[in-house]
Amino acid sequence: MESIGQPIDRLDGRLKVTGGARYTAELDLPDLVYGVIVGSTVPSGRIRQVDAAPAERAPGVLKVLTHENAPRLLPIPAELSGIRLLGDGGVGEEYLPLQAAQVYFAGQPVAFVVARTFEQARHAATLVRVEYDAVAPKLVMNAGSMATRPDKFLGRPDEALQATRGGDAAAVRGVFDASPVRVSHTYTTPIEHHSPLEMSATIALWVRMPDRASAQLTLYDTCRNLKGNQTILAQVFGLPTANVRIVSQFIGGAFGAKGFQWNTPILCALAAKATGRTVKLVLTRQQMFLLAGQRAATEQGYAIGAEAGGEIRAVLHTTRTHSSAISGYIEPCGRTTKILYSLPHLEISHELVRLNLPTPCPMRAPGEAPGTWAQETAMDELAEKLGMDPLTFRLRNYADVDPENGKPWSSKHLKECYTRGAELIGWDRRPSQPRRMREGQYLVGYGMATTIYPAGQRGAAARIILSADGSAVVRSATHDQGNGAYTILAQVAADALGLPLARVRFELGDSDFPQAPPAGGSATTVSVSAAIEQASTQAKRQLMELAVAEVSSPLYSAKLKDIGASNGRLFLRSDPGRGEEYTAILRRTQRKHITADGEAKPGPEREAFSFSSFGAVFAKVRVDPELGTVRIAQVAGVYDVGRVINPKTTRSQLHGGIGFGIGMALTEETIYDSRTGRAVIRDLADYHIPSMADTPLITVETLDIADPQIPGPGARGLGEIGIVGTAAAITNAVYHATGIRYRSLPLTPAKMVVPTAAESRNTATT
Amino acid sequence: MHPFRYDRALTVQEALQSIRNGKNTAFLAGGTSQIDLMKEDVHRPDALVDIKRVPLAGILLLPDGVLRLGANASNNDVAYHPLVQKQYPGLAEAILAGASPQIRNMASMGGNLLQRTRCPYFRDTAMACNKREPGTGCSALEGINRVHAVLGASEKCIATHPSDMCVALAVLDALVQVQKPGGGRRTIRFRDFHRLPGNEPQKDSALEPGELITSVDLPAFAGRSHYLKVRERASYAFALVSVAVALEMEGDTIKTARVALGSVAHKPWLVEDAGKRLQGKKPDVALFRAVADDAFKDAKPLEHNGYKIPLGKNTLVRALMETSGLMPLQGPAGTAFASSAGGVAGDEAVA
Ligand SMILES: Cc1cc2nc3c(=O)[nH]c(=O)nc-3n(C[C@H](O)[C@H](O)[C@H](O)COP(=O)(O)OP(=O)(O)OC[C@H]3O[C@@H](n4cnc5c(N)ncnc54)[C@H](O)[C@@H]3O)c2cc1C
Ligand code: SF4
Repeated sequence: MESIGQPIDRLDGRLKVTGGARYTAELDLPDLVYGVIVGSTVPSGRIRQVDAAPAERAPGVLKVLTHENAPRLLPIPAELSGIRLLGDGGVGEEYLPLQAAQVYFAGQPVAFVVARTFEQARHAATLVRVEYDAVAPKLVMNAGSMATRPDKFLGRPDEALQATRGGDAAAVRGVFDASPVRVSHTYTTPIEHHSPLEMSATIALWVRMPDRASAQLTLYDTCRNLKGNQTILAQVFGLPTANVRIVSQFIGGAFGAKGFQWNTPILCALAAKATGRTVKLVLTRQQMFLLAGQRAATEQGYAIGAEAGGEIRAVLHTTRTHSSAISGYIEPCGRTTKILYSLPHLEISHELVRLNLPTPCPMRAPGEAPGTWAQETAMDELAEKLGMDPLTFRLRNYADVDPENGKPWSSKHLKECYTRGAELIGWDRRPSQPRRMREGQYLVGYGMATTIYPAGQRGAAARIILSADGSAVVRSATHDQGNGAYTILAQVAADALGLPLARVRFELGDSDFPQAPPAGGSATTVSVSAAIEQASTQAKRQLMELAVAEVSSPLYSAKLKDIGASNGRLFLRSDPGRGEEYTAILRRTQRKHITADGEAKPGPEREAFSFSSFGAVFAKVRVDPELGTVRIAQVAGVYDVGRVINPKTTRSQLHGGIGFGIGMALTEETIYDSRTGRAVIRDLADYHIPSMADTPLITVETLDIADPQIPGPGARGLGEIGIVGTAAAITNAVYHATGIRYRSLPLTPAKMVVPTAAESRNTATT
Repeated sequence: MHPFRYDRALTVQEALQSIRNGKNTAFLAGGTSQIDLMKEDVHRPDALVDIKRVPLAGILLLPDGVLRLGANASNNDVAYHPLVQKQYPGLAEAILAGASPQIRNMASMGGNLLQRTRCPYFRDTAMACNKREPGTGCSALEGINRVHAVLGASEKCIATHPSDMCVALAVLDALVQVQKPGGGRRTIRFRDFHRLPGNEPQKDSALEPGELITSVDLPAFAGRSHYLKVRERASYAFALVSVAVALEMEGDTIKTARVALGSVAHKPWLVEDAGKRLQGKKPDVALFRAVADDAFKDAKPLEHNGYKIPLGKNTLVRALMETSGLMPLQGPAGTAFASSAGGVAGDEAVA
């Protein structure tokens, strides 16, 4: 039976619920010692002096590393596999830990205490005294901030951050100004944190190679970028890449974190080197708000000009966002503006302000999530101004081809998503005027938004070891962030190899395995499936060659192209009764196993077509205007994500994405003190991930139409599309309920219940 | 984290002996507040006296009709107790609107009373805080003060008391029974238990070092009680503002009324005039509105907490409407559904 399309339970589910799946922080290696980070108390300046003596004298302490005594590191590369790491538009940090006295943000590691027990290390960490020559920090993004305009997101040629379409900037603005119906507003989104349940953790150990002068560094790490971090760690420690091994078998959520935060693993490896011990580092939840990445705050200008009939003429989308003093990472909000609707005139721009705050990084749908919120809110505002139904308005501007380059879509069925989503929510019940619906004390409203997420493919490789007992192990250095990769990649491999799922084991999470890209950009399924297909083809070819060459095989002298494979057996397509089991072939030729490697890269179809997933998301909300509460009554999302490999994991991913969107719309926000840069929201009691009570029954449907241009099963990734558009659907529904437009996320009670002039008069304290 | 000694007491006597004068020692009950603060190096006791096994977990109806809630009774045991559900639904609503089921199972009555503020600067040892280190200054005054007090604050401290349960206990006129370390007992009226920050913000309550709470006593009460909480997510979040009401009706007029506000001050804030203004009146929106306006007439907003004034007023009006029957409760009395403003997500919620 084909396993693709089956709602298979997670293959690692049982391990996880029984505790059999060991996460990095749980691994108990022999002779472990523990490291604790001492963070800077100031946001900028220089360390004048570190007094580590009291900590060094504390019980159990093995070493206190500071910038004065830490082993030296070599610089990291500016670019890696086509991804810019350093400089504006890059994704990494431009400093390495404990190498210099400079302080760039509050919480930056300024010392690292290693002790026999975790408790001893944690205690000693409180005894390290650091004095600073503080320098006035830059902590708020405002009109006067020094900004740069990075050229490309991650340095990628196809990700221009400053661009116009249909003329130069002046021409585009001219078209906008001349458009009969216009909206133009500023939309702001706050800093958000990935907040995976599992904190970032590393265990590092060095082994001196007996035969070589060099050493081998092994890291157990909560890493979703095995090959990238392997290369970076090798570089900074001056090792051949092969001498670094990173293992990451189970990840308890990442959502964009745990990919480019190599400085904490480096810190742990430094300590392991300096002490000659196996060192474990687990970040505290508070440190997750400082050292594990975040989504930057954005301030977006969104202007749309349209004909009276609803046809969009011009869009101006400006993004102003921030990064840390040591990173040029930028939230690329303009991404979806380029491709979501057909529009002839466009200007997008991105400005970056560097602040003395922790370093941002990608977070689930980087750019798309905040960008689409602004875009789809502005679309809602314009629809109202035009007197058009928001859905009709979107259909009027439907992009039949990729508006960015005129290429056909590989596969696009967005109209079906709109129709079905509208049906699911009951869109026809929606009065066109806002503030017309009530249920008890609640105002009720409906909103919708379009969603999109590019379906990228990156180079990947896989190895298959098919054993004489008829089972197969498939390996790739890819990752399972908790999303179900173990399961769906095994399904892909089973079908590709013509084996029952129970006979296939997928192994991942080890940098010694064949190359795979970082788990990001919703590209794992497409990229790794393609490599599995290649390796499977190779494996089957080897079997066929063995069979046709052997006189005693029923397939002797058959042509390879005439042979099919399924259920662990090769057979003649024209006469399926004639065939032979894989086990028989291998046994007869006296092989314990065969090994096949496969590698896949984006093919020429990537030049001919544009690839994206699409969807439509609808929401119904209830607002209590007096108490400032927003509750979601219903969310329905319908998605065109190509072939669905596993309906169960698919639904979970989309649910999870929508959950992220709910948090973005209503509850999630991180705040730093504007004087000291210290995190004010710094634990999960105050960083409000939506609870079950914030989450309605989420209805998710997928069209399940295979993408003919995608190799293998024709599945596009779906890790991120769930968040895109969801926040806008919700806030558009809030507008429809209340008639009040909130242009700053999240929609907390404090924003919705505003003091009168009299109430805010007395602003002095007693 | 500061190293500490751990002692386990099995009796009140042992607890009082081990705690001595309470200097640099602290009781440990459920630990949900204490351990958190120790991990963050905010509390640095040299010794902990674990009182979890001291037999103070009983919930007893005394002959005079007083309901005695043992200091070690878990928050959930109290909330789900049949007598609490029946006679003090507002208390159950307050408790069940707080924290999570897991935390409420661990959390004790005594610990809930003595939980510390959620002021973020109090928890960050790199920031000045008069409550944590007297004399260092108050970082919240000019900082992020969204969750801070609009009533009764001082220049030394603008923190709020975060407990839900305590707001309900304030309108129920509870009594806190205390055992002194040197022997002897005393009773503290609930309204006097927590204090305003004044010049000594390090002191949250009237409890002296080393004193052990043995129970919280609820006088018999035949009226209605109700709690209403507004928060930033539908469950598992501290209150932005909350209101507790205890109301006795005589026919369709109000006989007695007590109203308290939560998360607006350093202590549960009894609206002193509410009783007088409501007594003998028929429930009425305009009247409730006037009481609400009055309750906040001395409110002093800071940079980020101005919303608490209109939100507090609206919540107060709504809580009075719901308690007096002018509006239906949003869920069954004695449950979190009754006390959670906005209700929960999903379509069924508006049944
Ligand atoms: C994530 C999170 C969310 C929360 N949300 C809410 C919420 O929404 N609403 C809410 O009201 N609360 C909330 N809380 C707080 C929770 O209610 C308290 O932590 C809990 O009630 C404390 O009880 P405990 O038994 O664990 O106290 P402990 O932590 O053991 O002790 C707290 C303090 O009380 C002292 N103490 C304990 N018992 C006695 C006694 N008998 N005599 C004298 N001193 C004593 C201890 O010495 C200590 O100083 C939350 C807590 C957490 C961690
Ligand atoms: S408000 Fe109180 S608790 Fe908060 S920083 Fe100021 S003194 Fe400390």
